Amino acid sequence: MNFFINVTLNGISSGMIFAAMALALVLIYRATRIVNFAQGAMGMFTSFVAYSLLQQKVGYWEAFAAALAIGMVLGVVVERIFIRPLHGKAELNPVIVTIGLLIVFEGIAGTIWGSTNRGFSPPFSQTGLRVGRTSIAFSHFDLFIVASVIILMAVMLVLFRFTRAGLRMRAAAFAPETARLLGVRVGRVLTLGWALAAVAGSLAGLLVAPTTAFGPLYMDFYLVYGFTAAVVGGLDSPVGALVGGLITGLGVSYVGGYLGSSLEPLGALALLMVVLMARPEGIFARTAARRV
Amino acid sequence: MKQATDITVPSQQRRAKRRSLKAVVAVAAISLIAAACSSSPSSSSSTTAAPASTPGVTSSSITLGATVPLTGPAASGYDEIAPAMNAVFAWKNAHGGVYGRKINYIYYDDAYNPASTATQTRKLVLQDNIFATVGSLGTPTQTAVQGYLNSLKIPQMFIESGCNCWSDPKYPYSSGWEPPYSVEGKILGYYIKNHFAGKKIGYFTQNDEFGQDVVKGLDMEIPSSDVVSRQTYDPTSLLSGPPANQMAALKAAGAQVVVFATIPAATSLAIGAAEGLNWSPQYVVDSVGADSPTVGPLLSIIGKGKGLTANTALNGTIFDDYIPPEAETSNAWVQVEAKLLKDYAPATYNKYGLDGNTEYGIALAYTFVQALEAAGPHLTRQGLLDAIARDGKNFITPGLVPLSYSSTVHFGYEGAQVFQYEASAPQITVPSGSWIGGKAVSPVYTTSPGAGPVNVYSGTPPPPPASLVNSA
Amino acid sequence: MPKIPRPPKWFHLPRQPLVRHLILAIVAAGGFYLLTNDILSTYNTVLVGEIAFYAIALGGLSILTGANGQISFGHGALMAVGAYTAALLMVHTHFNLVLELLIAIGAAAIAGVIVGIPATRLKGPYLAGMTLILAVGLPLLGNQYGSVFNGDQGLVTTPPSPPGSVNPELWLTWIEILGALVIMVLLANLMKSRFGRMFRAVRDDEVAASLAGIHVARTKVIAFAVSAGCAGLAGAFLALSSGVVSSGEFPLSLSIEILAGMVLGGAGTLVGAWWGGIALVFFPQWASSISKAAGLGTGGNAYLGTIIFGAVLVLVMMLAPSGIQGGFRRVGSFADRRLFRPRGGDVTKSLQTGSE
Repeated sequence: MNFFINVTLNGISSGMIFAAMALALVLIYRATRIVNFAQGAMGMFTSFVAYSLLQQKVGYWEAFAAALAIGMVLGVVVERIFIRPLHGKAELNPVIVTIGLLIVFEGIAGTIWGSTNRGFSPPFSQTGLRVGRTSIAFSHFDLFIVASVIILMAVMLVLFRFTRAGLRMRAAAFAPETARLLGVRVGRVLTLGWALAAVAGSLAGLLVAPTTAFGPLYMDFYLVYGFTAAVVGGLDSPVGALVGGLITGLGVSYVGGYLGSSLEPLGALALLMVVLMARPEGIFARTAARRV
Repeated sequence: MKQATDITVPSQQRRAKRRSLKAVVAVAAISLIAAACSSSPSSSSSTTAAPASTPGVTSSSITLGATVPLTGPAASGYDEIAPAMNAVFAWKNAHGGVYGRKINYIYYDDAYNPASTATQTRKLVLQDNIFATVGSLGTPTQTAVQGYLNSLKIPQMFIESGCNCWSDPKYPYSSGWEPPYSVEGKILGYYIKNHFAGKKIGYFTQNDEFGQDVVKGLDMEIPSSDVVSRQTYDPTSLLSGPPANQMAALKAAGAQVVVFATIPAATSLAIGAAEGLNWSPQYVVDSVGADSPTVGPLLSIIGKGKGLTANTALNGTIFDDYIPPEAETSNAWVQVEAKLLKDYAPATYNKYGLDGNTEYGIALAYTFVQALEAAGPHLTRQGLLDAIARDGKNFITPGLVPLSYSSTVHFGYEGAQVFQYEASAPQITVPSGSWIGGKAVSPVYTTSPGAGPVNVYSGTPPPPPASLVNSA
Repeated sequence: MPKIPRPPKWFHLPRQPLVRHLILAIVAAGGFYLLTNDILSTYNTVLVGEIAFYAIALGGLSILTGANGQISFGHGALMAVGAYTAALLMVHTHFNLVLELLIAIGAAAIAGVIVGIPATRLKGPYLAGMTLILAVGLPLLGNQYGSVFNGDQGLVTTPPSPPGSVNPELWLTWIEILGALVIMVLLANLMKSRFGRMFRAVRDDEVAASLAGIHVARTKVIAFAVSAGCAGLAGAFLALSSGVVSSGEFPLSLSIEILAGMVLGGAGTLVGAWWGGIALVFFPQWASSISKAAGLGTGGNAYLGTIIFGAVLVLVMMLAPSGIQGGFRRVGSFADRRLFRPRGGDVTKSLQTGSE
């Protein structure tokens, strides 16, 4: 029973990180209809910048803020230089460009910081909390993960629902031509979408870094599971990203805990197939009319 | 996803033209392959054109090759070994080489992917015209080229892996160097049996040949009724989170002693995950994943609280080693190894210092230099094999036990010593920080990889020869 | 901009597709024979063999993505199916090589059907997500069921023994080239056949295709099976070339490189598959010689190859959106239009390919 609880808690904390990655992917998908495969590598890169700052004895929160800010700039730069020129061209091209960027980012990080795994100091303790007499697999840092992802979700929700920029973003995502005719500067809105997504991706990178062997490749699998989560939840739905992340995190944790770690990705695949067979566009898909 | 190319229907005439264009492009493609191939630096046969009949050997040089992971998930730590080996070869070259021949060591990245190992090994053989491979890393990677190298009678020397498979009579040109994993497993199991009798034992091992062979050795010594849980992990799964569930299962099973057969990253993440459960069992770690300068930096992830640091988390951890741990700075071997690395691979020394990986590389390369010397001035591939089989037992190396090489035994050491990390021991200071050092807690043991007793080794390891100490 | 001279009349190939493709294949085979037997060093011959089997995988994926409009991030996993099938046959029974290769193709095609059936219901990015996790998960079965697949050490394959005094490396390269050319002829004919038209019809408009009497789901599954069969053969050749089949040979990066190489060469074109194969095989080689020439040594710059590959990928996608082969075609048709004739097809093109 205790084991089950711990496996569940492990699933929740990794699920929240998957959710942050999924949210980043969803924001970009909503804005520009492409899946950003460089998302994890961008988060890796900004986390390495934060790591270098931490090495220079900069405080954690300053480094944290700097990574998010640099992430945002990186998102804008990538959208402007690499994605905008491909707007309206074949759908696959920008996706391949993001794959190219993923490879370049990892290569540059490997050149600058080397292949050696490092430890990224967390802001809070990772030793388990005690509930009564038993200790559980949930630490202050896990609480920080859950809280920061929920805050991120809430900020995004407020932004979309209650601000003009959010309204413009939704308009530009769902009906770009109409939005353009109504005076929305669609290009600027798309850039904003990438910027916000890059912040979410950087946050995911910062949340993963202290839990793993921190090196140039540490975000690869988080991208894969984040993508799985986004697909499970529905690529258009930020709420779906959160739910998809939790479902994926729990599913992977149960498979790993009870069946074996080699089967984790296939467990995620089974989960994804079951969901997609019932709902081909994810749990929170809008019931879209068939395009003719 | 839609492609624009086939949409407009071309006229009859344009279609004909496109057809001929296709032929032109096909021819162009082939000629480009030719151009592409010739633009890469082609075979170095011109540079090694010498009367010597043995490939890779001239009157003034010996060309050696290796494939190692320099990129990819296995690169961490293991990318230090080949540069460290090169320090020994550079030292030897600076002192006249081996019978006047300078060693030229070429190593390529295979990213720990056997398909890439196959390609890069062919590059070493066919293009770089090597005499032998030395210090190529990995069990799956070197399994891929074992048949190839043996069929060409190219020595596949001192493979960086403790698989028993290098001592297979089917493959006489292959040879390991470090102890077989099952030898280390047996020695750790023997120690556990004698010091933790009646305790509940748990295993946490890598789901591959390395982990399975260590478990084989452990199981020969530890009564199976004492083993309460056997957890494994897949190396790739470390990329999607720490092995928290495995540690939770070991804790739930009540394990008091946890044996690791892990790579360093897994050791760190698993200890971190156990701290996440507020659980600190007695750890017993195979040498592969025990090096504190390699494991320590990742352990800083435990973070604040309880005053935990990497060094306090590792304090008390038991591990084995077959060369003197780098913490023993009074050991003459450790001193000379550090000096070699500092003087002949300064970039590597400044980046990593003498840690478990660089020490391993130096010890291995120093062993190989002796093998080359034993093979005499008329160097041939068969001569090298014969020399190792004949004289290998007498090579003077940093090893705690003598080498076991013979015509049938193709792995280096069949022994190890058990150590324990202790706060009071001298620390290991490398560029990444000061890390906890170990103290010997057992005599040196020897044992065979298969069934057979664990014996106390009564000899004393030889000090480094004066020729090395004075010239390094 | 260089002008491509108009070829003389006799250079025109016959119109009948099979004859035409066979002639091209035979010419190519002759070219490859000269190249591998007389021109190239043995090591570069080995690389040509690798190009050939990458071209098979890329060609198959090119049909799936370029002609049928389905994306796959999972072709590395399908290669693993072919490779493990071939290796299991070699370890346990060892009969005829051709038969083993055919069974490998069949096994991968069946896997393709299994992936293809759920894929029929999924839109692009959802299919991408499903195949991506497949690429990660499937090869790990090799570790999970070690008694069958021998875990990370893998199954040792036996390279075909050459007749007479032929160099074994050259012999394997020839087999791989022959396999690649046979596949190219088959795929080229497929694309000119009813199936090819069905593939494209489904890609362009599923509703219109089904109104025209095409069974959309079946067509998509067939495309997936064909493509997977190609990946299976490529995997079996990879197994022969590398001498062992183990889970570490099919990392996520393999699947991604195959997709990237296919698009780089030119989606939907078979010649593009060869360009992609050249890029995948030679970029790492060039990178290491560049770094050697630049005096960077072999160790410190191990990431240069990946950086170059990524940068080329980005540049080609931005400068020649339909890949290398598309770029050549553009140059060709540009020259063809005597440089200044106004373009006619642009309007229809932008109407049909414009994103939603």
